[in-house]
Amino acid sequence: MPRRRYIQAINDALFEEMERNENVIVIGEDVELAIFGDTRGLYDRFGPNRIRNTPICEATMTGMALGATAAGFHVVLHMMFANFVYTGFDAIANQIAKMRLMTGGQIALPITIIAGYGGGGSNAAQHSDSAHPALMNLGGINVAMPSNSADAKGLLKTAIRSNNPSFLLEASARGGQMGDVPDGDHLVPFGKAAIAREGSDVTIVTVGSMVKPSLDAAKALSEEGIEAEVIDLRTVVPIDEAAILASLAKTGRLVVVDESRDRCGAGGYIAAIAADKGFASLKAPVKRVNIPNVAIPFAPIAEAAVLPDANKIAVAVRGIVSKVAA
Amino acid sequence: MAEANVSHNQADYLALLRRMLLIRRSEERLSALCREGKFPGAVHLYIGQEASGVGACSVIEDRDWITSTHRGHGHFLAKGGELKRMYAEIWGKREGICKGMGGSMHVADFSKGILGANGIVGGGFAIATGAAFGAKLRGDGRVAMCFFGDGAANQGTFMESMNVSSAWQLPTIFLCENNGVSEFTISSTVTGGKLVDRAKAFMPTVIVDGNDVLAVQAAVREAVERARTGGGPSYVETTTYRIQGHLEAEDAFLGGGTYRSAEEISAWQQANRDPILRFQAFLTGEGIADAADLAAVEQSVLEEVEEAVAFAEAGEDADPELAFSLMFENQEA
Repeated sequence: MPRRRYIQAINDALFEEMERNENVIVIGEDVELAIFGDTRGLYDRFGPNRIRNTPICEATMTGMALGATAAGFHVVLHMMFANFVYTGFDAIANQIAKMRLMTGGQIALPITIIAGYGGGGSNAAQHSDSAHPALMNLGGINVAMPSNSADAKGLLKTAIRSNNPSFLLEASARGGQMGDVPDGDHLVPFGKAAIAREGSDVTIVTVGSMVKPSLDAAKALSEEGIEAEVIDLRTVVPIDEAAILASLAKTGRLVVVDESRDRCGAGGYIAAIAADKGFASLKAPVKRVNIPNVAIPFAPIAEAAVLPDANKIAVAVRGIVSKVAA
Repeated sequence: MAEANVSHNQADYLALLRRMLLIRRSEERLSALCREGKFPGAVHLYIGQEASGVGACSVIEDRDWITSTHRGHGHFLAKGGELKRMYAEIWGKREGICKGMGGSMHVADFSKGILGANGIVGGGFAIATGAAFGAKLRGDGRVAMCFFGDGAANQGTFMESMNVSSAWQLPTIFLCENNGVSEFTISSTVTGGKLVDRAKAFMPTVIVDGNDVLAVQAAVREAVERARTGGGPSYVETTTYRIQGHLEAEDAFLGGGTYRSAEEISAWQQANRDPILRFQAFLTGEGIADAADLAAVEQSVLEEVEEAVAFAEAGEDADPELAFSLMFENQEA
């Protein structure tokens, strides 16, 4: 299997899907040069009628993505940073997420929106949000958050072949991370979690940027005699409830790790699934490791203080697991 | 009125009249039935503005797109949408054009290029611009016409969409129906400068008498020809007036407050200003049609309206399960 960086895997998916389907077009801010590297080279290969820089006008770009589907295109819109989803939110929330139901199912909405998300780079409050809780709450939008190169490629290819509006949120801090990517036409279905690590004492449910620190925490805990199972959701809409509940049934304990704020974040939703449908399995309270209800600060020491990390995850796990190595 | 056009025959003229009259009579019926509580939700009526939508849509084709507004019945019918399916939608029936899932503010028929009425003021700017971008990429000569009001022109997406359309020379037609009111606020009290001056920075503009169906038709025809032949976007402003309130039965929650005078409304209903009365006078005055011709159009419209009411009332209640199955294609919500 070839080794590819996370961002290269996304780039590969775009090349392959644009080759495969001439109706796939890419628009967005600075996509021709590609500051993240994910759209790099597409312009030279496909030209201005397949990939094009837009003006900086998120509120119009999102609506245009919807409009261009009327002409038969699958639009891949790159919004750069997930915070800019808020700037373009009207057409996402009021048009794209609702148009299929409002029209009685007259249309499909082949739209894929890409945005980098997450903290850890001192990008400060307006370039570090994850935005997925807001998207999850809309109802009509799928949300993929790959944690590794193979999933990044496979989930994006699935999104681009789907007739449903989908977000692919890129874990910005993971862009350079290497990983094995299966050969050939690698597709990863939506709504199917992966067991990133098996364990029997506690379940850590996580996604995207938080899979790596969760695995780091699990490794450290293992040395203390605590075996954590790490579930990588891969997509938060649709969400693999069965995988969460099956692991919970096995371990009886749940820690949810998510890079969004605590109040009405994704972690609270996952905890509610466990309380509602996995209550009989629970041997301890469900714990959440996420971002406090604050904006992401700039200074590295302050940013680190509010972001989840392996140590915070391990502390949360120890708090609900009584079995500790002697 | 604009000059009689030699390329028109009597049938073309009467078709324009019939479409305007269909909007007028079907909405008068909605106004009455709304007060009787015959259907759920609110309706925002287009009465008084019929010449704008009918004139504009008379010079585009089925394959062309329109985006509409919360006041969208007139645009839907002008672009060839079916009245009975629209009524069934407003009644919340499964025979509705959107199976009862959208209602009055969301009537859409994508098979006829009607990309939907829209409950978000200004929601159509970017959608029309995106469709026009698609047409430009395809090079297929289609055009996208965005209906909006003077209220929507104060949204930022108006400027953004004009900018993109101009920068990329897209076949977008910005059709501003200037009726002077932004919901319950007089537009002049919340608007700086002239709307047309905003558009002049980006594209050719024209302001026409929006209650003269032939004047609207002529102005939009020019814009459509420009768009189809690669000449880029245009702005057409139709000066018109909204006779009804922002929505029907608004008195119920205005608490006795008013935002315009009865005299002003009445003035726009006079024979020299009302778009339908003016066009009827033009047709008889020019000898294009006589009283019997007009009566026949009226009769046929009234019959269609009554058939549509019966169709909607006889319809089956909407299927609540659709709320779960229609959010996504092949995926439960």
